[in-house]
Amino acid sequence: MAVLAVWVGKIVLMALRLGGRSGNALPGLIVEKLFPRYLPRALARLPHGVVVVSGTNGKTTTTKMLAAALAQKFTVLTNDTGSNFVRGAITATVDASSWTGRLRADVAVFELDEAHAVRFVEVVAPQRVLLLNVMRDQLDRFGEIDTTARLLRTVAQAATVAVALNRDDPRIAAIGTDLGTPNRLGAEVVWFGVAPALRGLFPTDEELYSGAQPDPGSAGPVQAQLRDWGAGGATIALSPGDAATDPDASVDTIALRAGGAHNAQNAAAAAAIAATFDLAPDLIFAGLRAVEPAFGRGQSFTIDGRTVALHLVKNPAGFRQSLRAVEGEAPDEVVIAINDDYADGRDVSWLWDVDFAAHLPGTGTDSSGPAVRTTGVRAADMAVRLRYDDVPVADIQPALALAVDAAIAAAPAAGRVLVFATYTAMWSLHEHLVDAAAASDGDGPKEATR
Amino acid sequence: MLAHLYPHEMNIYGDTGNVLVLRRRLEWRGLAVEVVPVGVGTAIPPTTDILLGGGGQDAAQGEIGADVLTKGPDLRAMAADGVVMLAICGMYQLLGHEFLTHDGQRIPGVDVLDVVTRGSDTRLIGNHAVDTAWGQIVGYENHSGLTELGPAASALAATSVGKGNNGIDRTEGCLTNNVIGTYLHGPVLAKSPAFADELIARALRRRGDEIDLEPLDDAVALRAAVVAAGRPR
Ligand SMILES: [Zn+2]
Repeated sequence: MAVLAVWVGKIVLMALRLGGRSGNALPGLIVEKLFPRYLPRALARLPHGVVVVSGTNGKTTTTKMLAAALAQKFTVLTNDTGSNFVRGAITATVDASSWTGRLRADVAVFELDEAHAVRFVEVVAPQRVLLLNVMRDQLDRFGEIDTTARLLRTVAQAATVAVALNRDDPRIAAIGTDLGTPNRLGAEVVWFGVAPALRGLFPTDEELYSGAQPDPGSAGPVQAQLRDWGAGGATIALSPGDAATDPDASVDTIALRAGGAHNAQNAAAAAAIAATFDLAPDLIFAGLRAVEPAFGRGQSFTIDGRTVALHLVKNPAGFRQSLRAVEGEAPDEVVIAINDDYADGRDVSWLWDVDFAAHLPGTGTDSSGPAVRTTGVRAADMAVRLRYDDVPVADIQPALALAVDAAIAAAPAAGRVLVFATYTAMWSLHEHLVDAAAASDGDGPKEATR
Repeated sequence: MLAHLYPHEMNIYGDTGNVLVLRRRLEWRGLAVEVVPVGVGTAIPPTTDILLGGGGQDAAQGEIGADVLTKGPDLRAMAADGVVMLAICGMYQLLGHEFLTHDGQRIPGVDVLDVVTRGSDTRLIGNHAVDTAWGQIVGYENHSGLTELGPAASALAATSVGKGNNGIDRTEGCLTNNVIGTYLHGPVLAKSPAFADELIARALRRRGDEIDLEPLDDAVALRAAVVAAGRPR
């Protein structure tokens, strides 16, 4: 049966690729419907089992980091296409199998959003689970943030070898307290966290919404700690005891290719779960060094001599972080692309939880800042939001490509355009920018990554 | 003066934006405005002209439920005195008689509105636009509580495509004198400018200020409302 499932999946994949499409949900969907037992059976043969990575923010980058660290020693299967649904995991598994149905991998790392992670662990028992954070994100899909936390607890309960948890996120920390160590299935609980001096860089959902001060009360031993973060890179400490205090902890400073404080925190998260494998700290650090920025997380393009950087935004915390990260970049043009398809979240009210007045400096009373354009299905909604923050809007153009092209045309030679886009808007803009960069007569890399 | 009830605990789905919308619409017209946060254990200022409260996590609602009872006498007196109140979702439920949770717990309300809410195991979620005397009101509903209007309550609007109070009787929200409860998040005032101005006008009238509100350029808000009303739930 495995052979048949793999054949069906592969043929659909080939058909899609022949048609020039990079679809990754359809083959998985078809195999899921025809062969519901395929995935658990295929994955059961992996010697080091499955790692599920879940949480609101940072799944894609963390999954890449973990896969890179594990790849120092193992053959890794991962759903690195950004399709964080169960179907994406099935497609990745089919793709990594030989035509005889044999899965060529030692371990699988799957990024799954909270609801899909629960569905996944109902069919596949993961050896390990890594939980990053719980933030308000696309709440119309899950109901409420506490429901989301309950979903993640169910996922953590299913782990059989290890669970890595974020000590600094109160809802994730509560899951650890609930589980106990080991959990019911014998999985040990390991923790990751950031040094107290860095806590201010990572506001929890409560701090974000209520202005509450960082809560130091969650202190406890962590097996992976982000000790420092700055221009020199991310300093990460690993220890089976307490990485914060152990004088014998393995410590390394890594210049991460994916920028931003949140990626340094993601690296500590990936290191925490990687350390539960028989994998030397040096190999883990080497893997983290090798990671390219995930799709849409700061990818940039050169078009007609202008640099266009594309940032995914999907919730207030992430949007605030992205806005903060670009404060120093002095863009000439800013484009905010908001769609409200299912994958973006139908509810766009979260835009009201981002403080644009504070994070788009120089756009308010001081006119020296970048011109701001809004686009996407909800371009007008975004413009209303900016209006109430006294940020002038240069143009409202729902058509994504037209809006970005106008920004590029308006930017000076060698100028900089920053695009913030929700998930589906980012997908269509990515395609447009790849084409535009290829058509552009500028020299140098057509699709450079910063 | 705008009093913002439980800004820390009851602020979900952009409800805090309602405070910003009212503040800016007053400021843009050169009218003085002061926003006062009212938290747990803090009294509502007696000089309040408009009181705003939003929705929250179910967990927060239990904790807030106890505090709101201590504010009950003040809330009832203010409502009787014509203070303008806009209560969204969770706060709407707490202004009613009671909330019976899905697991049988009873959270008493403050009896400002003649409504009763029961928890259910399905959520009513989606873009929602309703027609009122002040134009279309557009927001996003997201709730599992089902609210029934009592004889002394009248609906804010009739629903056509959305679920509204309970998904059955085609009503949305509740209007009693100057107290309005609704399930529309979004924040609701962002894309419902005439509704926002109606709240301001009522508050000014109650203070004896018969000011004709200077019209604002709401073209973008109305355009956003048309888009939202046409989107899938
Ligand atoms: Zn609600």
